Amino acid sequence: MTTKTQKASAAGTSVIPALFAVVLGLGIITLTGHVQASALHDAAHDVRHATGFPCH
Amino acid sequence: MFSRILTSGLFAGAAAGLITAFLQLYFVQPVLLHAELYEGGDLVHFGADPVTAHPDLPGMFAEPVRDGLSIIFTMLTYTGYALVMAALMSVAERQGHEINARTGILWGLAGFITFHFAPGLSLAPEVPGVAAADVGARQIWWAITVGASGVAMWLIAFGGNLVSYLVAAFLLMAPHIVGAPEPESFSGPVPTEIGALFASRVLGIGMAAWVLLVSFAGYFWQAEGKRAEAAA
Repeated sequence: MTTKTQKASAAGTSVIPALFAVVLGLGIITLTGHVQASALHDAAHDVRHATGFPCH
Repeated sequence: MFSRILTSGLFAGAAAGLITAFLQLYFVQPVLLHAELYEGGDLVHFGADPVTAHPDLPGMFAEPVRDGLSIIFTMLTYTGYALVMAALMSVAERQGHEINARTGILWGLAGFITFHFAPGLSLAPEVPGVAAADVGARQIWWAITVGASGVAMWLIAFGGNLVSYLVAAFLLMAPHIVGAPEPESFSGPVPTEIGALFASRVLGIGMAAWVLLVSFAGYFWQAEGKRAEAAA
């Protein structure tokens, strides 16, 4: 019973690191691929086209 | 757990991103630069005289800052993808699925379909100078399509029953049935041959990049796990 509870709580907490990583990853993709600030857009221009992101 | 995801994601993203950057500079960038000659009016399609299909184009690193930034941003973008994939693979592993370089190939194909192919089906990769709808509207459609396709790929991989396959099929098709934002009129000055080649190259290099990326992520995931076990 005790082991079961421990396992369950370990499984519960280990979703949080995965969630953080997903948010971090999507944040990076948003920054490199989608933010329209002109400095970022100009620097990432070719990559956005070459990766198939909506660009202009 | 977080450091294992972070390490696998960063290593895979940096390595695959670097390879992808050079693949793009070699296979995609010349097509983009060719299109820009039409976008800027240096070449005119269907003018009085026929136009050569082989103009002199600047080579790789003719503009070092521009191409250098492209390399950095490609590595960053693919690191972002790798972090997402490593996190999802950690969840799958906890449910008893094997994660390594070999299964990473399948994960990579699923990631390619989710992030490149599905949005590209209705919002074809654009060369500079094509007519397109408002960028904000296209980005919203892109994000919704990626989300729906990602859930669909997960359901196909792990659903295991008819209902989840049907839901997956619906999620894959729905964004395209609704339709992507389209321009009011066609005003692109770039020849269709260049546009078509560009779209093909973007998707082809994208697939190679994704397979490399997530296979690497699977490899580093395994290696990091073994290292942690040995240390414990």
